[in-house]
Amino acid sequence: MLLHLITAMNFLGVQEAGELVDGLTAIGRGIAYGAAAIGPGIGIGIVVGNAITASARQPEAAGQVQTTMFIGIAFTEALALFGFVLAFILG
Amino acid sequence: MFALEVPPVSHLFNWPTIWGEGAYAINKVVLLFIAGAVITLGFFIAASRKKALVPTGIQNVAEVVVDFIENGIIMQTMGPQGLWFAPFLLTTFSFIFVLNLIGLIPVIQMPPNSRIALPMFMAIAVWLIYNFMGIAKNGLGGYLKHIMFPPGVPWYVLPLMTPINIISDLLVRPFALMVRLFANMFAGHLILVSFGALCVALFDATKIGAILPGALLIALTGFELLVAFLQAYIFTILAAVFTSLAIGHPEDHVADHH
Repeated sequence: MLLHLITAMNFLGVQEAGELVDGLTAIGRGIAYGAAAIGPGIGIGIVVGNAITASARQPEAAGQVQTTMFIGIAFTEALALFGFVLAFILG
Repeated sequence: MFALEVPPVSHLFNWPTIWGEGAYAINKVVLLFIAGAVITLGFFIAASRKKALVPTGIQNVAEVVVDFIENGIIMQTMGPQGLWFAPFLLTTFSFIFVLNLIGLIPVIQMPPNSRIALPMFMAIAVWLIYNFMGIAKNGLGGYLKHIMFPPGVPWYVLPLMTPINIISDLLVRPFALMVRLFANMFAGHLILVSFGALCVALFDATKIGAILPGALLIALTGFELLVAFLQAYIFTILAAVFTSLAIGHPEDHVADHH
């Protein structure tokens, strides 16, 4: 089993454990931010879509709706930014 | 393919020390902080010199900003009894907006908020203020009860809701304020530098290839201008919302006043 692992590492051109860790860290960073950006992307779309619907139904409340929309965007976008910062912290 | 040498990311954000050493070292970012503070303070001092009843010139611009804070932020979230908070929110908004704008000026082009120091201390200041106001208005026991048992929650949800609410109110909010401002400025700076470097590299290789990154660079700079204003606005309005949530139960919803 160990022999298979060493053969695979030599085949991939990995000569020491440091390179493997570096490569896996890069993949991990990408997955971290990519997965963190899915939820807030959908969430912000929902928030802004509902804000547009509300503004269209009742134009005189548009100012109020817009303020609340910005607060909603701030909360959901923060989650994506946590992932972004994590991608830079890792490794 | 184009033999582009990409420096590490830290070269964009760690500036060499000009003078001094250790924690008191002066580098470009520190000078930009000082410049931002001097510009903001100088602007408002110059605007309040004449005290005319009908404002003209720089006093007019300052009154537009004050009106934006009072009617656009405080009346929307805290109502008329929140007007005592106007000076702090005005300072916060102006300082963060000026610092964000400094990152777009052609030769300087380093947003000071892309170093985590200022967002961290602004978030700590807002956290101290809203906790202090909550304790001052409701008493320590009343404030903790308000956090642990949020009004309008049925009793069987409380074992789940209380720890989440405590962590959210006391820990996640200042952290999110800090990370939101920092990461937006950090990402914006990184994107602008990346597109600039790509534009230069493509221009060196094939002259015509630099049109697309160049156009996109112009569009992204415009977007960064919007983000600069938006992040200052969101920081300020969240400070107002958190304080209004900490103060009183009747203002437990975000928007009540037209």
